[in-house]
Amino acid sequence: MRETGGRGARTDVRLSREEIRRYGRHLILPEVGLDGQMKLKAASVLLVGAGGLGSPLALYLAAAGIGRIGIVDFDVVDESNLQRQILHSTEYIGRPKLESAKDRIRAINPNVEVEQFSTRLTSENALDIIRAFDLVADGTDNFPTRYLVNDACVLLKKPNVYGSIFRFEGQVSVFSAPGGPCYRCLYADPPPPGLVPSCAEGGVLGVLPGIIGTMQAAEAVKLILGIGEPLIGRLLLLDALTMKTRELKLRRDPACKVCGDHPEIKELIDYEMFCGITPPEAGAAPDADAISVTEVKEKLDRGESLFLLDVREPQEYQIANLGGHLIPLSDLPRRVHELDSSREIVAYCHTGVRSGKAVQFLKQLGFRKVRNLTGGIDAWAEEIDAEMPRY
Amino acid sequence: MATRILIPTPLRTYTERKDSVLLEGNTVGELLQRLTATYVPLKRHLYDDTGSLRNFVNVYVNDEDIRYLQKEQTLVTEKDTVSIIPSIAGGRS
Repeated sequence: MRETGGRGARTDVRLSREEIRRYGRHLILPEVGLDGQMKLKAASVLLVGAGGLGSPLALYLAAAGIGRIGIVDFDVVDESNLQRQILHSTEYIGRPKLESAKDRIRAINPNVEVEQFSTRLTSENALDIIRAFDLVADGTDNFPTRYLVNDACVLLKKPNVYGSIFRFEGQVSVFSAPGGPCYRCLYADPPPPGLVPSCAEGGVLGVLPGIIGTMQAAEAVKLILGIGEPLIGRLLLLDALTMKTRELKLRRDPACKVCGDHPEIKELIDYEMFCGITPPEAGAAPDADAISVTEVKEKLDRGESLFLLDVREPQEYQIANLGGHLIPLSDLPRRVHELDSSREIVAYCHTGVRSGKAVQFLKQLGFRKVRNLTGGIDAWAEEIDAEMPRY
Repeated sequence: MATRILIPTPLRTYTERKDSVLLEGNTVGELLQRLTATYVPLKRHLYDDTGSLRNFVNVYVNDEDIRYLQKEQTLVTEKDTVSIIPSIAGGRS
């Protein structure tokens, strides 16, 4: 990557008259010029994920004239994606994200070759997929894939333009560049499942992935051109609420298990296991603490006395509720006295994750008759009350 | 003289939504002990069962990682800002 930076463009790349007109505003920049634009055309970038971060990445990298863009994604467009995933539009709901990504990229710049990988990135396929690209832009939303992308990039010596978002806060950096740190140097271990909320649980400002993904695109372009000071060894933090940025120093950790002086990891591992995620066992006994929405409906219809505990946030309660007693999960420890352990309690949240934690917590305190509503209020809206708004 | 500790978004749930907290202490360790004594549920997010700082939580004094300073013994003054930087995973969906 950086080697090609100083030596000018590959000789087999030419710009057509149409391309020269298209990229005129790049060509007159002394830092880009014809040579630089040819470097962009000769370059290939792999986007892991065509979601919130992948959207601006794909749009700007296509517009900038990157020759080949690969996209790994296996998801379909959902209505709830459109608040932030600007690569996709309403008419594509229900269709593969790869399809709308390809159509949008083609519409912006037909000179770009789009390579689609309709799969989850796994330890089995990651090296083969990533090997064929100059650099990787990581737009994943989960820790196993994040560590997988990191390790694969380190093993293949490919720069990894990293971005991550939560609510109003984003992080950007460049990992696995020559001499620089990797993601494991920053965080040697992932958090155990459940300790860190996801965007699906915590929400995210729709504009935020737009800002962070665009910063990733700028870093990718700079790395390809070999210009400026990329975010190697620097972690940029953005708080969109205060619109303040901060920069922290990152160092390569000599004891890093993958990029350190004596690396232990020389091939890809099982990242689900590494992140403490155990696959559900086939034929496992149904969860004794679970209760289905139909069962709750029947009990309520029979007039049984159920205490419904809503552990979501007040703003979620406002959208839709089952008339439950609202105690957000984080307030539960100090408001537990509001609950009567002699009553039959059904805890619910949006999809059942937070209420599962609430049930575990209450059981530890000695509550016996507390169960978790499977699928949460979303399942209720789907199976019981079609009028209820879903979010 | 108190030192400012910046609380990242995911952990503000445990600090009554405060984005920063002013606390007295001579070292990073003292500040974090006071922080988790004030906001008890925060403790298990910063420390593991053996009382060590968790690997997915990094602590910075200004722009420097305490792992490359004197770790929790790193001295602080009221002019310093301590940041807690946890790993976040959002992006694709």
